[in-house]
Amino acid sequence: MRDFILKRVAALILPFVCVYGFYVIFHGHISPGGSFAGGIIVGLSFIAFSTIYGIEKGRAKLSEDVLTWTESFGTLWYGIMGMVGIFKGVPFLANKLAGIDLGLPGELFSSGLISYIGLGVGIRVASTMITIFFTLMEDEE
Amino acid sequence: MIRKIMILLAVLVAAYGVLIAVAELPPYGMSDNPVHNQVSERYINDALEDTGALNMVTSIVLDYRAYDTMFETIVLFTAALAVVITLKSDKRKERSGK
Repeated sequence: MRDFILKRVAALILPFVCVYGFYVIFHGHISPGGSFAGGIIVGLSFIAFSTIYGIEKGRAKLSEDVLTWTESFGTLWYGIMGMVGIFKGVPFLANKLAGIDLGLPGELFSSGLISYIGLGVGIRVASTMITIFFTLMEDEE
Repeated sequence: MIRKIMILLAVLVAAYGVLIAVAELPPYGMSDNPVHNQVSERYINDALEDTGALNMVTSIVLDYRAYDTMFETIVLFTAALAVVITLKSDKRKERSGK
């Protein structure tokens, strides 16, 4: 698409959409939303960018190496967070049982492992959506 | 013809059974339904102390049911893997062939 107005509006809005997606991911344990919804919003900002500005510019923003790494290590990050419980001698993926300080409810980095796991899941969902989109768009070139 | 009549009878018997079962269900939304057992009570009363998360949905998804969410992310991984395998390898073969 080569529409001037669309490009200007997208340039104004899409950075805030991306930042809002990260806001939803980080505040998943405090406010409505969560890592899945926030990851979709982050992925949507990149998908809209590459739809409006062309797939080449979208790929320049987010290279294939970055996508491969986030794609592969998002799930592994979840596993590593789960292993914290095993190293402390309690079941896999234990949070309060593992003796982690839960913090004050309502603060950004409260609730122990939940915020870290949520960050991993959010990045994972975003990279999955962007990877599928880029792979599907390749045939239209 | 006889086969069709038998199939119709079988379907009717099955539908009758399903309707009997549905009629036995407790009314929707009553407080003494068997759905409202100690599991949901535990979540509602103790979620804040157990996990420290104000959002109860997140505390269930990422703490009580963390195994489930872990394999949900693996499902996402498998979906992306399937899309990349089916669509990308052909493209590269064509490019190298040309």
